[in-house]
Amino acid sequence: MKVEITVNGERTSADVEPRTLLAHYLRENVGLKATNIGCDTTSCGACTVLVDGESVKSCTVLAVQADQQSVTTMEGLGTYADGELSHPVAAAFRQEHGLQCGFCTPGMVMAAVSLIDENPDLTEADVREGLEGNLCRCTGYHNIVRAVLVAAGKDPDAAQAAGTEDKTIPPGFSTGKAEPSRTGPGEGDA
Amino acid sequence: MSILGTRVVRTEDPVFLTRGATYTDDLTDERLTGALHLTLVRSPIAHATITSIDIEAALAAPGVVAVYTGADCDLAPALLFPAANKAMLRPFLATDRVRYVGEAVAAVLTEEAYQGEDAAELVDVDYEPLDVVVGMKDALKDEVLLFPEAGTNSVTKMHLAKEEAPEDLFADCEVVVSKEILNQRVAAAPLETRAASGYWGEDGRCTIFCSTQNAQSARDEVAGWMGIDAKDLRLILPDVGGGFGAKIGADPEFALVGWLSKKVGRPVRWNESRSENMTGMVQGRGQLQTVTIGGDRDGTVKAYRLDVVADAGAYPRLGVALPMFTRMMAPGTYDIPKVWSTAKVVATNTTSTAAYRGAGRPEATQAIERAMDLFADAIDMDPAELRKKNVVKPEQFPFTTKGGAEYDTGEYAKAIDLALQAADYEGLRAEQARRRQEGGPLQLGIGVSSYVEITGGGAFVENATVEVHADGTVTVLTGTSPHGQGHATAWAMLASEELGIPVDKITVIHGDTDLIPKGAGTMGSRSLQTGGIAVHNAAVELVELAKQRAAEQLEANVDDLVIENGTVQVKGTGTGVSLADLAGADELKVFHEWDGKKPTFPFGAHVALVELDVESGKATVERIWAVDDAGPILNPLIFDGQRHGGIAQGIAQAMLEEVVWDEEGQPLTATFADYGIPSAAELPSFDLVTMETPTTINSMGYKGIGEAGTIGSCPAVQNAVIDAVSHLGVEHIDMPLTPLRVWEAIQEASK
Repeated sequence: MKVEITVNGERTSADVEPRTLLAHYLRENVGLKATNIGCDTTSCGACTVLVDGESVKSCTVLAVQADQQSVTTMEGLGTYADGELSHPVAAAFRQEHGLQCGFCTPGMVMAAVSLIDENPDLTEADVREGLEGNLCRCTGYHNIVRAVLVAAGKDPDAAQAAGTEDKTIPPGFSTGKAEPSRTGPGEGDA
Repeated sequence: MSILGTRVVRTEDPVFLTRGATYTDDLTDERLTGALHLTLVRSPIAHATITSIDIEAALAAPGVVAVYTGADCDLAPALLFPAANKAMLRPFLATDRVRYVGEAVAAVLTEEAYQGEDAAELVDVDYEPLDVVVGMKDALKDEVLLFPEAGTNSVTKMHLAKEEAPEDLFADCEVVVSKEILNQRVAAAPLETRAASGYWGEDGRCTIFCSTQNAQSARDEVAGWMGIDAKDLRLILPDVGGGFGAKIGADPEFALVGWLSKKVGRPVRWNESRSENMTGMVQGRGQLQTVTIGGDRDGTVKAYRLDVVADAGAYPRLGVALPMFTRMMAPGTYDIPKVWSTAKVVATNTTSTAAYRGAGRPEATQAIERAMDLFADAIDMDPAELRKKNVVKPEQFPFTTKGGAEYDTGEYAKAIDLALQAADYEGLRAEQARRRQEGGPLQLGIGVSSYVEITGGGAFVENATVEVHADGTVTVLTGTSPHGQGHATAWAMLASEELGIPVDKITVIHGDTDLIPKGAGTMGSRSLQTGGIAVHNAAVELVELAKQRAAEQLEANVDDLVIENGTVQVKGTGTGVSLADLAGADELKVFHEWDGKKPTFPFGAHVALVELDVESGKATVERIWAVDDAGPILNPLIFDGQRHGGIAQGIAQAMLEEVVWDEEGQPLTATFADYGIPSAAELPSFDLVTMETPTTINSMGYKGIGEAGTIGSCPAVQNAVIDAVSHLGVEHIDMPLTPLRVWEAIQEASK
């Protein structure tokens, strides 16, 4: 079947088998390899892209379902020039060390873009729930959550502290200071 | 100002965040043009004889170029771990027998990947099922044998205690507690599955691109399996999407890729699915432990015994070696006068085991830290107090343990105090008491762990080459093998510090065995204290070399020369010559091999807080406070990132993850839909406390941080969950601490 999909602003088209997944179309037909495939049960979200602005797992969408639509992958998000990443989400991921091996990163970044777009007033809990469909094995999510909060214009220290206070632990002894302390031994973190 | 110890964002990231990293399956290398796709037909039965394989239908399917079975494969079955029973050989494609679900039986080569999946379905294998053995205790009975020719499922005698346990081990103890605990099997589950691509050049050499944590030893392994000389094999690592120990060394599939490429005369690509990965990739842990601890009512621990049975899976691999670390680290941070341990390793009809973050040491820590809580409970002493009373004291270092380890440096009680202070331990206990008194459903549990671990324990030697180029840029070649750990940044920082050349002009290269023939890779948290020191030393030597050359050129005394901003200058004058100019005149390059000769012993303490609903059994990890001391911190950004990831994996093992088979050896957790890998929603943010105690075994004081978080967090969380229900009479619950298990334990205790 012939499909025509705009990918990162450029028109692409190919004759594909009806069963061709959008993820494979992007990787094999268009040659954009940032979009990774980490599972076969729609669990990991490494393949997350935007279809007409909304985040979808491209391993769960057929290429033919994206026909005549517009797809954005991480490659289409921004550039790196003069020491700066142009897209705020990418820049925040670097600044907050929200990536290690990088495999979940393209999907995580695209999910974050969509999450921030949907809810500009994110809390830590919103970010954690909003990224539930994207797995990362390296970071423990701590710095991914911070990166998304930063990209959303939030103070990650304040947001993480508030997230702790929301919990059932009474205030007073749970200060929730999540930024790694650089204080000397003996001063502790609380 | 020194760059060391500062927060430098990673040089890797701009590419990773724009066009993405390039993993093995992403390669568009022209040498792989026209590659065939390899799809492996894998056994759906855990234990069976193969009576026939019919490949005719598959051969006739669209796009199929070849189908091979074990009968076609002339790679000799391999002993994947040298010290294992010599009869426990693994065929590259099964011939007469399969021993676990997921074992490769036939190889299908197709023009397109989708065609491979279709054709693999058409390979018709007849299996005659055999009795299956899944449990370690059952396997020890030797009633069902995986390798009848071995006559036993026992894999090795290497970890058996040299002598019987002394009869009087616990004779002088007022209180003795014993418990059988399971350190369950878990999957490493790196987000990138296993992958390899290979081709043969006109020069008769084979090149394999693959995903591994150590190119050089993988090269040697694969060459051995392929029956070719190591110099005729080149391994190249593209970016590697996580490993966590499960990508140490090579996988037999890599040799299959090389062999098949030769057989068909075309490049071959292989990239497994997640379902294949969850049965085919080596897994971690899998130890059944019996802990016995004894001491006096004043909290003096006098004796400890650890009996281990370790699960090797069907074909013994690196997992066979790991009880060595478990036994070595058995006494943990404690000065226990009498320690005795032994370990058996047994084969079962399951996936093979190998390293997973911590690899033998978390098993030791989990055992001793559970034992300490059981003992504290028995003598009614605060578990933190008990720990502080028994830890090795600062003045005792270097300290040789009863496990045979020589702990370099440590301040274990101080680490515990820092963690308790950060957590407001007394406040938490008061709140816990209040809730218990109120008797509501939501109870608190507080868990403490004190840990010491061994890093760089496997390979002490590593090398680095530092070269300055005429354009002022620098290349660093390293034998370490990063797959998320940020060596490109960290090694550049080490070189930059000495050369005075900025990090963004320094390129770090790893993982090409033609460029870097020697190297031990990245595992066991070894990289900084071995490869990092090698880079540092190479850079120091390069500066000396540059000064000597500059001295001649500038007609100055070497002692009067200093390096500033990449220029060798005569102190106090404007005269100098840049490293770039020196490199333009003559090659400015230093190779350095560093042998640390010993491992180091990072340590720390964690406190975990859980809230647990006693009506449903559901526990939630609310907070974790972590003190992880691995010596001076090179880059706090990367250092803390390693801790975060480690802590998450420790929490995940405690709360969620377990690889499960049914009695027939059918995997029940073979997808991410079934296996409990945590998302952001299941984890809290982490509270980190800094402590930096240098080691004495290298000039920079560096220890390793890669696995510490996992080793500290897992026992703290398990202890916290059990603590939350200890007032209901629960003494122990095996991991993972699912609501069902906790609920059942509460019901059992209330009987």
